Amino acid sequence: MKTQIANKLKIVSTKLKPILAKSKSVIIAIFIKIKPLVEALFAALLGFAIGAVLMLLWKFDPIKAYSALFQGAIGNFDAIARAVGCLFQEGIEACKASGVIYGIYDIALTLTNATPLILTGLAFAIGIRAGLFNIGAEGQVYMGAMAAVAASLFSLPPGLHVFVSILFAMIAGALWSLPVGLLKATRGVHEVISTIMLNWVARFLVYFLVATALVDPVRAEKSIGVAPTARLLPFPTTDLTLALVISILFALIVYWILWHTTLGYEIRSVGLNPDASRYGGIKPTRTMVSSFVLGGFAAGLAGACQVLGRPPTYALYQDLSNVMSLGFDGIAVALIGRNHPIGIIGAAIFMGGLSAGSNNMQINAQVPLEMTRVVQGAIILALAVPEILKIFPALLGAVVKLFSLLRQFFQRIRMRRIKRTTS
Amino acid sequence: MQECVIDFFGFVGLLSVSFVDLLRLALIAMVPITLTSIGEVFTEKSGIVNIGLEGILLMSAFIALWAGEVSSSPWIGLLAGLGTGALIGLLHGIISITLKGDQVISGIGINLFALGFVAFGIMAVWHTAGYHQAPAAARIPALHTPLGEISPLIPATLLIAVLTWYLLNKTVLGLRVKAVGENPEATDVAGISVERTRFFATIYGASLAGLAGAYLSIDWLSTITKELSAGRGFIALANVVFSGLNPLLALLGGFLFGIFDTLALWLDTVHELKPCLPFGFHNFVKMLPYLATLIVVAVAIGHARFPKHSGQPYRRE
Repeated sequence: MKTQIANKLKIVSTKLKPILAKSKSVIIAIFIKIKPLVEALFAALLGFAIGAVLMLLWKFDPIKAYSALFQGAIGNFDAIARAVGCLFQEGIEACKASGVIYGIYDIALTLTNATPLILTGLAFAIGIRAGLFNIGAEGQVYMGAMAAVAASLFSLPPGLHVFVSILFAMIAGALWSLPVGLLKATRGVHEVISTIMLNWVARFLVYFLVATALVDPVRAEKSIGVAPTARLLPFPTTDLTLALVISILFALIVYWILWHTTLGYEIRSVGLNPDASRYGGIKPTRTMVSSFVLGGFAAGLAGACQVLGRPPTYALYQDLSNVMSLGFDGIAVALIGRNHPIGIIGAAIFMGGLSAGSNNMQINAQVPLEMTRVVQGAIILALAVPEILKIFPALLGAVVKLFSLLRQFFQRIRMRRIKRTTS
Repeated sequence: MQECVIDFFGFVGLLSVSFVDLLRLALIAMVPITLTSIGEVFTEKSGIVNIGLEGILLMSAFIALWAGEVSSSPWIGLLAGLGTGALIGLLHGIISITLKGDQVISGIGINLFALGFVAFGIMAVWHTAGYHQAPAAARIPALHTPLGEISPLIPATLLIAVLTWYLLNKTVLGLRVKAVGENPEATDVAGISVERTRFFATIYGASLAGLAGAYLSIDWLSTITKELSAGRGFIALANVVFSGLNPLLALLGGFLFGIFDTLALWLDTVHELKPCLPFGFHNFVKMLPYLATLIVVAVAIGHARFPKHSGQPYRRE
């Protein structure tokens, strides 16, 4: 009887073995797929934890701060649901009259903040995919925004004017990143160096242009306003405009280019191994230049979105404060989004939420709004470490080692005691 | 609108009148950029790139002022700034040397973290929004010299530049640092610890940036603000490239950046010059050093003078 059962078990186990092995490989495959996401989530958790420690050190209440942050970034789920329901049933005017529509205000602000960050994140990510550190999005955003404003010097019919403005901005962004690619390809100038220089040159150039050729004759602290025909009009009661749709569309286009076209294949191939790519018939220098141009398009478009589609300003401030640091934040977005267009959309919404919620945190929890920068910085530092998740096995190993050392120590003491009693 | 009455010689005359003043201001403005870039030159020679200089400047400026105020001693403040720089250098080293992480990303993280930490810290420590004046007790006393009162850190910068040049080119340590940047495998085989040498170079460079940060907050500007460093860390990076990794040329480059900065300010303040120059002309003066660096790098230097293994972590096989 017993042997029969044992035999049957053996048969079952031999049958199960390949299935188990297969499922194990499937689990590993799934884990590899979602690993970037897990890493990003872990880094975010670590960032919030470090922020909380700092707040505790200075006697702020982290729970209160983070709940205020969340409130400011998303708002009340109930109110959002009611506003969306009302929009579908009664239409915009009725919801506006009853005030129900204000439920989506917070989350709309988050999405508005996310709009340009998606694009600057893409600008950095395209570079990384080609093995390049394109930190020049900052300057390209200035140039794009300036060009989009400059397009309002002409008068054109409504639909065409928006199109021309965006085109101007994208070309300006690409023109500002083209020299980086050319210098890299022909002279071997490192892109980090040339982009830092060009960021500064762009800054002073746009300072100059906003103060002279594009200055608002009535209000000197601003550039001329974008012509009404070139504006992207907002969704009622929010700052959300068509710009969000444009940037998400652009992200999808970048995804398509990277994974479904020859150019994208070449970019990724050069990023992984330029020597092997050259051997395979790809021209790495040409690919690098095209990835810079593509990144410049994205960054220029971000500048355009910020001036054409961000009410109520519709202009460039003379100190560029409404386009400042978008490029640098884009780097953080790309890193958190693991340089994948879809991940970048998520990461941009996360970062947009941080900046949207930080005001509420400052008002309701008295925690300075720059706290969110600390969180971001800690996240980036964690993501700089390759295989951050390996920290767990490493920690486990350290703990096991500690235990074994302790056990050895106690054993030695016991041995000594036994020796003493026997002798 | 006023008519322009100044010709070229008039301009030269105006310039020569305030020449000594401009020179002095340029020397003052030179210190943070130069100190930071000399440190970064040393770090980059070992193959480690640290673009977190801006963050180090800001962070050490904050800590130096805080420590100086608490202890009411500028020297303790100065040491605290130095120590903050060294600690951040250690962090950058742990990420990029021990854990073999990406150096550029680590630097970006440091910059972001410092930006938040300092703004948060000013609010948390002094309960003011983004601005605090250094008390007189925490300020570094000036030296009395024939040139007028100058900060002791100005001669110190000159000394450090020469010292770093000597260290890099005339000592065994300097040879090791350069070897580690050029060919870590061979250096390792020769029995020199690649990790330890790179750690030393990274911490040395970051400490100098920390010193520069302390100079900003408890000497030159005597305040701490959220944007105290104002891009000087990035200017220092530009200067490092300009110098082609030579500490003495970094001194010269820092002085040039200082001169252009003060010149741009000066052009804006001289009343008689205003109608002669196009409006907003100072922007072009400020742009000049960056354009010059870009052109110098593109035409003359290229990538030849950088260590072969710049920016790459070393893995022993």
